Amino acid sequence: MTEPAPLPKIRIRGLRKAFGAKQVLDGIDLDVPQGTSFVVIGGSGSGKSVLLRCILGLITPDEGIIEIDGVDVLRAPQREREERLEEIGMLFQNGALFDSLSVWENVAFALLAPTASPRLSRAQARVRANDVLAQVGLDASVGDLYPSELSGGMQKRVGLARAIADRPEILFFDEPTTGLDPIMGAVIDGLIVDCVKRMGSTAIAITHDMASAQRIGDQAAMLYRGKLVWQGPASSLMHSGNPMVDQFTHGRREGPITMELRR
Amino acid sequence: MNAFLDLVALIGRTVLAIACGTGAITLFALEGLSHLVRPPFYWRVFLGSLRDTGFLSLPVVALTALFSGGVIALQSYTGFAQYHAQSAIANIVVLAVTRELGPVMAGLMVAGRVGAAMAAQIGTMRVTDQIDALTTLRTNPMKYLVTPRLLAGIISLPLLVVVADILGVMGGFTVSTAKLGFAPETYIMATLNGLKVEDVTVGLVKAAVFGFLIALMGCYYGYTSRGGAEGVGSATTSAVVSASILVLAFDYLLTDLFFAQ
Repeated sequence: MTEPAPLPKIRIRGLRKAFGAKQVLDGIDLDVPQGTSFVVIGGSGSGKSVLLRCILGLITPDEGIIEIDGVDVLRAPQREREERLEEIGMLFQNGALFDSLSVWENVAFALLAPTASPRLSRAQARVRANDVLAQVGLDASVGDLYPSELSGGMQKRVGLARAIADRPEILFFDEPTTGLDPIMGAVIDGLIVDCVKRMGSTAIAITHDMASAQRIGDQAAMLYRGKLVWQGPASSLMHSGNPMVDQFTHGRREGPITMELRR
Repeated sequence: MNAFLDLVALIGRTVLAIACGTGAITLFALEGLSHLVRPPFYWRVFLGSLRDTGFLSLPVVALTALFSGGVIALQSYTGFAQYHAQSAIANIVVLAVTRELGPVMAGLMVAGRVGAAMAAQIGTMRVTDQIDALTTLRTNPMKYLVTPRLLAGIISLPLLVVVADILGVMGGFTVSTAKLGFAPETYIMATLNGLKVEDVTVGLVKAAVFGFLIALMGCYYGYTSRGGAEGVGSATTSAVVSASILVLAFDYLLTDLFFAQ
């Protein structure tokens, strides 16, 4: 007798989302197994960010199913959806750090929230924030600075620290290396891989950066005009055999992917 | 015929846009207020908003009230001296300041200073994904950003108006005694005789309403802003313009409600 296949951490079926006449997501089916680091690649406007925001609950899709641990989050009661967010950490493309709060208050934001369980005192949260800052290679003295005083790379690190502070089971990364030089990009990717492996989290990252995609990902998929056109191991991204993926990963002008350019 | 239909369509679209906008703002306000009775409440954010809206607006409101009171005394003297009715000046100043000038001038000053700041701050948070980040950190953005600011507006404006009332009357007193030759004791007695509790109370009620409207406009236009720096800029302008118009419109409505015979 064969054992049933393990339940994927995230399961998406028939996901559709349109903005006006533009169909941004057009029937996405996707399984992300527990503990996997999954990378979604695709050009600008292909629907990557919308997919991520639908899973996070920031955008409501028009149709489809999004299950996390077998629970359909789109049809779950509001309270259950809010509780589900406790399992999720997100690194935004531009960091999205709160300007009015210091670095350590940003990192400890979820720990200090009235809804946090257990809720830490400010002194305890400061200690925890310093620990997490150390995990992303930042000194405790950075905690007293404000986001506007940090470089782009440091802002990404602080964003990553904030995302992992509450030890989430699922991590989302939106263009984690955009705007960084190649070395800092590799450093951030290394930190992401370390954090994901150490915590045993499931991760989904969206990126344009092929080097980053191969460093972060176990599995990868390509989104084009709202559809998943390829899925496979991230290590095979540069030689997938799929003409669309090959054109995209090698940056060729000629191929099945056409850019809509206005003259 | 086509031109007529175009005109009808334009009127229809405008009416629909106004109705949709009013509905959206009303729902936004109701949701913001509903979090006042649904814990948790973010006291730290509330106290920060109270400082920004109330304490940091004190200088601008105080100076405006002081000069306005002085101007009322001067202008009243010019007119009333022709009829030998200078003794009514203290009454006019205290009546004008407590009923109208205190709340309206404070409202307009706070609309310009605080309404713009709220719209710019929340609008910037919107276009830089900080509001989405709040959601992913299990914090309801309406509860965290809007409700404390609405309450701070409702509480701080009446406090500012108390200061504006006192300084407005002081402005009138200073001009009347130093420039127009009134005896200080006579002016103070006339002021106290003209001062009515209901005038002050209605002024404070007006201020609470203005504070709510200013915070509402700042939060609403900031929260719904789109499109980067340009979107934040137009949200800020819309917040100040709409708050200023609403302050004047509600001033009329409340005056009609409380004082119309």
